[in-house]
Amino acid sequence: METAVEMNSISHWFGKLQVIHDVDLNVEKGEIYGLLGPSGSGKTTLVKLMTGLLRPSEGVVKLNGEKMPALKQMKQFGFMAQSDALYSELTGRENLDFFASLYGMSRKDRRLRMEHVLDMVNLTVDASRPVHTYSGGMKRRLSLAASLIHEPDLIILDEPTVGIDPVLRQSIWNELNRLRDNGVTIIVTTHVMDEAEKCGRLALLRGGRMMAEDTPFRLKSKLEVSSMEEVFLHYGGGIRA
Amino acid sequence: MNTAAVIKRILRQFRRDKRSAALMIAAPLLVLTLMWLVLDTDEAAVEIAAVGVPEHFVESIETEGMTVTVMEEQEAEEDLDRAEIDGMLQLEDGVPVLTLEGSDPNTSGAVRSKLQKQLSEQSSPIEWEYWNGSSELGLFDYVGPALIGFFVFFFVFIVGGVSFLRERTQGTLERLLASPIRRSEVVFGYLGGFGLFTIAQSVVIAAYSIYVLDVFMAGNFLYVLLVTILMALTALSLGTLVSAFAGNEFQMIQFIPLVIVPQVFFSGLFPTEGLAEWVQVVGNLMPLTYGAEALRDIMLRGASWESFQMEVFILIGFTALFTALNIIALKKHRPL
Ligand SMILES: Nc1ncnc2c1ncn2[C@@H]1O[C@H](COP(=O)(O)OP(=O)(O)OP(=O)(O)O)[C@@H](O)[C@H]1O
Ligand SMILES: [Mg+2]
Repeated sequence: METAVEMNSISHWFGKLQVIHDVDLNVEKGEIYGLLGPSGSGKTTLVKLMTGLLRPSEGVVKLNGEKMPALKQMKQFGFMAQSDALYSELTGRENLDFFASLYGMSRKDRRLRMEHVLDMVNLTVDASRPVHTYSGGMKRRLSLAASLIHEPDLIILDEPTVGIDPVLRQSIWNELNRLRDNGVTIIVTTHVMDEAEKCGRLALLRGGRMMAEDTPFRLKSKLEVSSMEEVFLHYGGGIRA
Repeated sequence: MNTAAVIKRILRQFRRDKRSAALMIAAPLLVLTLMWLVLDTDEAAVEIAAVGVPEHFVESIETEGMTVTVMEEQEAEEDLDRAEIDGMLQLEDGVPVLTLEGSDPNTSGAVRSKLQKQLSEQSSPIEWEYWNGSSELGLFDYVGPALIGFFVFFFVFIVGGVSFLRERTQGTLERLLASPIRRSEVVFGYLGGFGLFTIAQSVVIAAYSIYVLDVFMAGNFLYVLLVTILMALTALSLGTLVSAFAGNEFQMIQFIPLVIVPQVFFSGLFPTEGLAEWVQVVGNLMPLTYGAEALRDIMLRGASWESFQMEVFILIGFTALFTALNIIALKKHRPL
């Protein structure tokens, strides 16, 4: 299998504070890979290292075999940040149009894709309203739509379903599964257990260290427990890192 | 390509955020008008001496706010030296000649307008001379060019700096940098988007000052526009650069006394010739010094391109420097 993201002995410091300790991970093409860990365990930092927003203090990050950060690879992934990054004066459609134009899409492509992703996150009706009139969940959905706008082969989502109701969350996961079936690689961070269960493989983080990495089923059976919750607690999730 | 996308987005935001757009145009107009009301007033009480002028003529020109005292020539000249009177009226070959004390352009303007009004009723000609200086300008005429430059600079600095800062605080800068955009494209997009807007802003402010407030204008309107637009771009690049060192909008405001206020002291609103050399060197590091000087050159002295081109090049240099530093500063948010 080909590797989409490769992280080799990554350590990262913010000033004197080491927040990532010697992490190795490989994300294969076409899988849904979850990063599960308590608050402050380094999920967002790992994601930023993958997307080239940070250069690791030590170690090498590769996207599709190319060392990051690399401008050429910036086109290859879609990114949804943990906090909504939207222009509040602009409408939903204008936001999408702006992000789409950064990927060099033609006007016609932009329009088609825009309607498609708006439909996907159930925002078609509200797309002409300025974003400052949106609810928290609506903004989250628009951020997700923006990360999918250019049909990337790899999507990196930092806590995508925070503030989204169960029904919509289910439909978003259905969409993610459908994308995966079409060969799209998906990396998602979460601290919601039932979401962690939906990932193909899961990395458990704590205090910037990778505690375990496997399929949800094997993580559970290895510890002879029946729920993800117990796995999470076992690897120290209950205690703040 | 990406630069164009950023420009388009900024203009769209301006269309939506009418308040910022209005702030950048209406606020300078409002403050200029207020300054004009304060500085261009004719209401100052003035005092002139009449030397060898017939009594009936003295009576005919006396008016509210202007006292005319009959004096000997020597006494009047001593008073002019001590600036105790604002002017001396004499008759030369039957034509009244008024020698203005001249050190305060505001007072000179008041004397001129009052006398002119009185004399026009009698349709009598008058000649003007100056005891000190030779300026025929009101105070507002003199500071007008610097004020135009200052307000363009100030409001573009604030709005540009805060917008760029918000890009960071609302997370869109990070989102932007997680796309295939170059750091330079982000910065040029800002220069372009705000640049287009500041062209409109400069036209309105300069036209209003010159044609409505009637600031003295001896030069080419297009030169004035060129300089104000360059000042706006300098202010924008400086504002966005400085915003990299601010954590929030409030901290951005704290840069005003640090970055903007000192520039006012060197913009020609206050005389700097007599100051210590090192103080003048500080002034030479400030963009507003050059912008205001160029505007004074153009508007007061009707300067040709050759005489203010140096200032233009220096402003372009400042913009280029701040822009380059800004592109480097963005490395903090994406190493590439
Ligand atoms: N810019 C920064 N400067 C200094 N320390 C930072 C910075 N960003 C993150 N950290 C620290 O790095 C650690 C990991 O943070 P990170 O944001 O990666 O956690 P996280 O797993 O995403 O948490 P959460 O679930 O709350 O989003 C934390 O201790 C945090 O304080
Ligand atoms: Mg996080």
